[in-house]
Amino acid sequence: MKSFGKIRRIARCFSTTSSCPLRICVVGSGPAGFYTAEKLLKAYQSVEVDIIDRLPTPFGLVRSGVAPDHPETKVVINQFLRVAQNERCSFFGNVSLGSSVTLLELRNMYNAVVLAYGAESDRSLGIPKEELAGIYAAREFVWWYNGHPDCRSLAPDLKSSDTAVILGQGNVALDVARILLRQIEELARTDIASHALAALEESSIRKVYLVGRRGPVQAACTAKELREILGIKDLGVYIKAADLVTTPADEIEMKNSRIRRRVHELLSKAVTPGCAPVAGQRELHFVFFRKPDMFLESDDKSGHAGGIRLEKTALKGVGDDESVRQVAVGTGEYEDISCGLALKSIGYKSVAVDGLPFDTYKGIVPNDRGRVLADASCGHVQHDIGLYVCGWLKRGPTGIIGTNLHCAEETISCISDDINRGALASGSTKPGREGLRQVLDSRNTRVVPFDGWGKIDCEERRRGSLKNKPREKLATWEELLEVACR
Amino acid sequence: MFFSRFCKLGVHAIRNLEKSATLTARTSYAPKAHNKYLGSLRNELFCSTTAQANSEQKTEEKEKINVIFCDKDGEETHIKVPVGMSMLEAAHENDIELEGACEGSLACSTCHVIVMDVDQYNKLSEPTDEENDMLDLAFGLSETSRLGCQIIAKPELDGIRLAIPAATRNFAVDGFKPKPH
Repeated sequence: MKSFGKIRRIARCFSTTSSCPLRICVVGSGPAGFYTAEKLLKAYQSVEVDIIDRLPTPFGLVRSGVAPDHPETKVVINQFLRVAQNERCSFFGNVSLGSSVTLLELRNMYNAVVLAYGAESDRSLGIPKEELAGIYAAREFVWWYNGHPDCRSLAPDLKSSDTAVILGQGNVALDVARILLRQIEELARTDIASHALAALEESSIRKVYLVGRRGPVQAACTAKELREILGIKDLGVYIKAADLVTTPADEIEMKNSRIRRRVHELLSKAVTPGCAPVAGQRELHFVFFRKPDMFLESDDKSGHAGGIRLEKTALKGVGDDESVRQVAVGTGEYEDISCGLALKSIGYKSVAVDGLPFDTYKGIVPNDRGRVLADASCGHVQHDIGLYVCGWLKRGPTGIIGTNLHCAEETISCISDDINRGALASGSTKPGREGLRQVLDSRNTRVVPFDGWGKIDCEERRRGSLKNKPREKLATWEELLEVACR
Repeated sequence: MFFSRFCKLGVHAIRNLEKSATLTARTSYAPKAHNKYLGSLRNELFCSTTAQANSEQKTEEKEKINVIFCDKDGEETHIKVPVGMSMLEAAHENDIELEGACEGSLACSTCHVIVMDVDQYNKLSEPTDEENDMLDLAFGLSETSRLGCQIIAKPELDGIRLAIPAATRNFAVDGFKPKPH
């Protein structure tokens, strides 16, 4: 009798796993979120995946981060579209974690929650006068030209001077520099936001400085973006030949990294000794071995940036010979560059939500291959069962779209392990999307479903076709919600 | 002799075509359609060279080559690929899990494959700068890495074995060691 009961229990256990589906919520619909959803749906026929996003529009940085003149990079949207069309997948746009629904509520409604909401804030330099007008995070500028509704009214000052200084030499810095320097007719054919195109048309910026604390060997950009900016029509590129001289430590770094070697090679080829500026030609200056010391206030416009003071640096090796890392240290020598616009492109930072462990120093959620660590401070590692991270929130703001593929695979292998050992199954079926709908209804949240995005998409393409652009982005919250809820 | 010269010329012409194609793809908004066009163009060029060298009856079977994909778990899939088709397209037509985020427009490195035989690798034309830019970012890059979208089936590649690199494992420690070249 006793064993019979045991068998029944086992049988019930089996029937719960087969009859009630596992419900998983993914927060964020960028590449990390969509790759996670895709791989979960593929791996488990019984899994239902709901993706929530605080914006009415999906695809995260593919829409608001990838430069408008990189349409081929956005092709990945086709793949995400197929995921969203899967009948076991639902999209809830205009649903913000923390305000529309709390993390605790989501965890109660779903068997597992995967946080993939990226990095929507910025690292700061922490130098004097950083708050002056005319100084922006590159992220804000990128959101502005990509029609993100939160930066629609940024109105960066492109008219008060002819010079922009960009701090940082990664791909975002190069994107931003290219948008400032590229011929306007070429930009006009892209899906750049119309308010940005209009402002760039009237821009007086002719000179862009790309400032890096370290040298050409350590520049964080990739060869593709570098090759592209060096190839801009009618652009004078200025690189000091002396900066390209490599030290033995540089040689080791280049030997260890194919990408560093190729970037250095491209920069070396771009050096044109003794080339004097051509009148009227736009200029791109690579400034190596300089770190920002303080911003300078404009003499004629109080409260506005008029320049930046840079300190010359020298590289110092840390670590052993084989895995040498070189850091920039100040030399006490300074120089000023006048500029009316400064863009800080020194890295994105994630934002914490209530009830989530967060490493404020690294700007990520402490995790073990994607499993959120309940408390990283105490000696033993303890996983927060059913809570996972993927993408920039997991590993920090680096890598390309494809990096998220591997990142998602890693997180999912943790989820799989937890599913297989029964850690995610619960005695009763979790309410999942029905529960979420009820909560959002009770709060009068205007949820934008995937076909709401379809309406935005159609409208944007329609408006774009009138202007010979692939799309004309709706760039205000009001317009987005109005069109989505038609 | 003459035939091989002719082939080389063809390859050269195609390489030039590829170059101009990648340049236009930058500004083109339909890179996929562009690539399809390029694909059929390649097909025609190769077809004409093979047709010249072979009798009519043989053409049919010569138009397809054998390709072996080794997936992340080491499992092999044997497929037949028409001459002129890219390995990315071939993988997708045969339900082989090879990612292709940018659909062959040379804007990502997700279709990265490792050519498992150096001799086969050496039969491929050199990667363009644009392909190398993407390979820079490929996960688990090896000496014989290529992008699947840039390997186009041609008769000499019959029997080529391509490994899809695993995200969480390293081929080098798993027994497969690409030889330096």
